[in-house]
Amino acid sequence: MSHYCGIDVGASAAKLVLIDGDGKIVARALRRSGVAYAETAEACLTEALASAGLRKEDVAHAVSTGYGRHNVPWAGDSSTEIACHGKGIFHYYQKAVSVIDIGAQDNKVIHLDGSGRRTNFKMNRKCAAGTGAFLEEIAYRMNLDVGELDRLAEKSTKDLSLGSFCTVFAATEILARIRDGERVEDIVKGAFRSVVKRVMEMDVIEGDLAVSGGVVAHNPLLVTLIGESFGRRPFVPPEPQFVGAFGAALFARERTRKEATP
Amino acid sequence: MAAERKDFESNQAMRQVMNNYFVELTKGAENGKKTAWCTSVGPAELLLSLGFNVYFPENHGAMLGASRMATDLIPLANAQGYSPDICSYLTADIGSYLAKQSPFHKMKLSGPPRADVLVFNTNQCRDVKDWFQFYAREWDVPCIGIHSPRAPGELDGAMIKGVARQIEQLVEPLEKVAGQKFDIDRLREVIGSSRRCTELWREVLETASNVPSPISFFDETIQMGPAVVLRGTQPAIDYYSLLLKELKQRVADGVAAVDGESFRIYWEGMPIWGKLKDLSTQFMHLKACVVASTYCNSWIFDALDPRDPFESMARAYSSIFICRSDDPKERYIEEMVEKYKVNGILYHDAKTCPNNSNCRYQMPQRLQARLGIPYMIVNGDLNDLRLYSDEQTRTNIEAFVEQLAEA
Repeated sequence: MSHYCGIDVGASAAKLVLIDGDGKIVARALRRSGVAYAETAEACLTEALASAGLRKEDVAHAVSTGYGRHNVPWAGDSSTEIACHGKGIFHYYQKAVSVIDIGAQDNKVIHLDGSGRRTNFKMNRKCAAGTGAFLEEIAYRMNLDVGELDRLAEKSTKDLSLGSFCTVFAATEILARIRDGERVEDIVKGAFRSVVKRVMEMDVIEGDLAVSGGVVAHNPLLVTLIGESFGRRPFVPPEPQFVGAFGAALFARERTRKEATP
Repeated sequence: MAAERKDFESNQAMRQVMNNYFVELTKGAENGKKTAWCTSVGPAELLLSLGFNVYFPENHGAMLGASRMATDLIPLANAQGYSPDICSYLTADIGSYLAKQSPFHKMKLSGPPRADVLVFNTNQCRDVKDWFQFYAREWDVPCIGIHSPRAPGELDGAMIKGVARQIEQLVEPLEKVAGQKFDIDRLREVIGSSRRCTELWREVLETASNVPSPISFFDETIQMGPAVVLRGTQPAIDYYSLLLKELKQRVADGVAAVDGESFRIYWEGMPIWGKLKDLSTQFMHLKACVVASTYCNSWIFDALDPRDPFESMARAYSSIFICRSDDPKERYIEEMVEKYKVNGILYHDAKTCPNNSNCRYQMPQRLQARLGIPYMIVNGDLNDLRLYSDEQTRTNIEAFVEQLAEA
């Protein structure tokens, strides 16, 4: 009973982290969330336990997070991804910081004070502008694999800006750019800049900055562009895609200890 | 087990009062009564004094929302040229008219009554006038009203006199439709009755300043029915006297609307009618009580005074929250936060109701800086559930309460 589990069932991917009593990560698992969240969560747990050589009974407590957080039957309790991303980042950063989490379906800005306490947060409006779903749509329109975007954007030599707020309008704007003979790599980088603009519109971010989530994990250029736009380099945690799950695992450890305290 | 809202014993009396009102409305013509449509903060007292049956289509709009009929009916109005971006009470109501579908039918009533005259006040928005003009064209009946000052800070005498004069000017055309002469003593009587209803409704809402609160915003959105449609009549006074007694008993017995109440939240903006039950349940699970709202407090008209009928109506209807500038609005919310011991403010940014969405001009940030309590914004709509995301709202609210718990 010496280990703790955090599982983040997101809109696109399910991420699981197992930690030991010292908070050290001993196993991770990643799968597409799919449509059967409970099965996906179970598969992630089985995989992580096997890779760490552990059994279910070795997990003292599990906390779920993400959109599918209420679909993990074996999780003891749940917290929102806002709480978990904050918790995960603060574990590494230990200073007042604003966290930008770019997820598949939504973006969050989470402000933490010097003790890790959340002072405020913002979620994007319900539209998907500036989220991972936006980049997926752009890739689809340009007949590209999402995994290629970062490599392509790195080759860009021209600043191209997309003006539209709406994902559908931006996709139409891209078609016009293609017709005008603009290069694919410049258009992709323009789409990355659009993501950053949408984040900057969400809130005023002063002080230190950190990023988390799958989109920055797969697109390091996005981190560079965020740094350029905000005028300061954001802190990037190890394995940014797993920060929410890691935060959930830390909550699992913390809550077990609280319960154990007489 | 899902937490359930605690019913009030008075509910049965309310259902009866509201049912009597609806039955009388639909039988107006056969009983020889004329029907006036009136905006919810329009000159209802004047209409009652002239013997009209007074029908409030915004109440019908809310019923369309609460019954979740609205989202299917709105597109019919959209197709006729009423944009999906304008008031979804308007589009739902016109859609209901076009489809001949109404919550009235579920009550075995023939449907909303046809108007003999439509009387608006633009103190809420321009949409109410546009809404009434649709029916004026459909039925070839007069559409008259009051054009109120928009977004004043302090109300000066000239503004009030201007509005009072406009109300007086309605008398003559209304007499013609009503077929009876205006009687100022009758108007004074109705205003006195409206004032008494207001005082009782205020007392009902103020019981929520107790900790724990015996009533929540979600209860109030239902309980406000008589204050909206029956102010100026005795049944409304009788009903709120009954409800107030029950609430005082709840306070004495320590009965909470939300068991284990740990957080107290202020709701700013329109209700999300089609999601009242879901939201009420979520807040109950989170042990958070929405103790006060601008919306439910908007039917308190302190200025009404039988001694000065026209000017006091003008003052009452021009001083409501929705038609004021941000300075008085912020002072108002500050007082509410203090009175109701609020921990956090939820702003509903209703896509189709810009006039009653108060988070679009930096108010949340200013109030947070002054009050030191956090806020959150729900993007949604009063009636059009195509503009609402269950998942995002659920996570947003849960994260907000987590934050309150950390504070």
